Amino acid sequence: MAGLSPLVSVLLVAPLMFGLGILLQRGLLNRTLNTGMLPPLLTTFGLSVIVQNVLQIGFSADTQGLDAGSLEVASAQVVPGVTLGVLPLITFAVCVLILAGLNLLFSRTPLGRAFRATSDDPATAELMGINSRQIYGLAMGLSLAVVAVGGVLLGVRTTFAPSDGPARLIYAFETVIIGGLGSLWGTLAGGIILGVSQNVGAQLNPAWFQLAGHLVTLALLAFRPTGLFARTRDA
Amino acid sequence: MKGNRMPKSESLPAAPVKPFHLSLRVLAVSGIALVAALLSLPLWASANLMRTLVEFICFLAMAQMWDLLAGYSGMVSFGQQTWIGLGGYTLIVFADDLGVNMFLAVIVGGVVTALVAVPTAALAFRLRGGYFAVGTWVIAEGFRLLIASSTEWLQGGLGRTLTAAGNMPRNEREMFTYWLAVVIGVGSVMLVYWLMRSRVGLGLTAIRDSEVAAMSVGVKITRIKLLVFIIAAFGTGVVGGLIYLNALRITPQSSFNIQWAAYMAFIVVIGGLGTIEGPIVGAVVFFTLREFLADFGPWSLILLGGIAVFMMLVAPEGLWGLAHRRWGAEIFPIRRRLKPES
Repeated sequence: MAGLSPLVSVLLVAPLMFGLGILLQRGLLNRTLNTGMLPPLLTTFGLSVIVQNVLQIGFSADTQGLDAGSLEVASAQVVPGVTLGVLPLITFAVCVLILAGLNLLFSRTPLGRAFRATSDDPATAELMGINSRQIYGLAMGLSLAVVAVGGVLLGVRTTFAPSDGPARLIYAFETVIIGGLGSLWGTLAGGIILGVSQNVGAQLNPAWFQLAGHLVTLALLAFRPTGLFARTRDA
Repeated sequence: MKGNRMPKSESLPAAPVKPFHLSLRVLAVSGIALVAALLSLPLWASANLMRTLVEFICFLAMAQMWDLLAGYSGMVSFGQQTWIGLGGYTLIVFADDLGVNMFLAVIVGGVVTALVAVPTAALAFRLRGGYFAVGTWVIAEGFRLLIASSTEWLQGGLGRTLTAAGNMPRNEREMFTYWLAVVIGVGSVMLVYWLMRSRVGLGLTAIRDSEVAAMSVGVKITRIKLLVFIIAAFGTGVVGGLIYLNALRITPQSSFNIQWAAYMAFIVVIGGLGTIEGPIVGAVVFFTLREFLADFGPWSLILLGGIAVFMMLVAPEGLWGLAHRRWGAEIFPIRRRLKPES
């Protein structure tokens, strides 16, 4: 390949994934939407099995990494005595920027209104002239684009293998459960809480990294099932 | 109700497809003949065939239980491997550590999973739809990590071996394992059949079609769903015990693997959701495919995934659903239909 820095490649990967998301939703998943939530759920599950195994054939089961050069180890002194890695800082900044952008999109633009209306009640939204299938396509495109950014940042930070997806899906799910459905800033808080609890768990016992995250999620589910900052009720 | 919609008059065939029912007597006789043939199998078949059949029955029974959740009750779970793992570990602990008869320990596995299912449901039932599916998966992961962290007693990630199996001559053990499997396989089918023809089944059908409407006519939704969740956990737990009674070796990684849930979903989707015949057909298809594709590694999974996606798009009602639509085929009638006035 051209040897682009991974962080620059995002500018190509994200739009590509956006297009792929629209194609996927409009070409395939929209066809499964008429009879409840089981068909889309199982279709995507089947797709995930296919994608994992295609990746395994293409790239073998070995772990890979994205090389961002010296950036990976660079660190900056924030206040005297406290140094933070540049990469984590960039990751955090990108994350906040994306969330802020999405928040603006959802709360301030006609498109965002259409998203929210379709999410609340697709039938009524259609009566108001919204093409819900188009909205689903855009939502999937947007979602894949954001995931692509996350994936690249993650790939720079750590190694990955074809079968790593499901574990990441679980983290994403836990983040949303902790933060609360429909709340973007809640997701940020959820992600931080999940990450901190995983690392605290790992400090106590190296084997407890994932377990701590699961337990925090389940505890939250038990005591505050709507999450910390829930905005919608259809959890 | 599904499958009972009157065809529009212009598309009405010359003679409407009449539901094809086997008479009760034919059904009973062939059922008894099948069970007798299955039970007598150790007398005339090879040990290899018996082992294959045990494996087949495991898939059949776990798919029936998954269908009970997803097909009849609308609870799509990706966490049924919880019960496979717990059932398997219960077998090991009861048979090896507590000295219980290992065949009995398989059933005990079901009881234990049914008990664990109660608090699990309390958590999982706070979630709906896709969140329920992933939530049950997280619970399974939690159990996997918990058991893997018991490095002394359950030997962590290394897993344990069923040493009690050594107390019995091999052919004798395999014969009893096989008989137990037949009982479990037939039992899983009969359990779902009986359940769906009972009040519970009527309530479930109502819930599946419209939860709000069901509630308004007095169906106790949470209670019925909880009951079904527990029954499915029991059944899957027993299957888990059976799997590891057959395999003799268990690890957290293999037993709490989401692969089990994927197999269950595949079998039910291929065969036909919400029918008893569906998982039977699906299990046959899956098992045959698996035997043929065993040497193809990742390609086999790509093909299985592709078939599942294709079926979801083209025939979401599954093979048995197609047969039912075409010929009105029904062996285990569990649909309720309005009698048209004549």
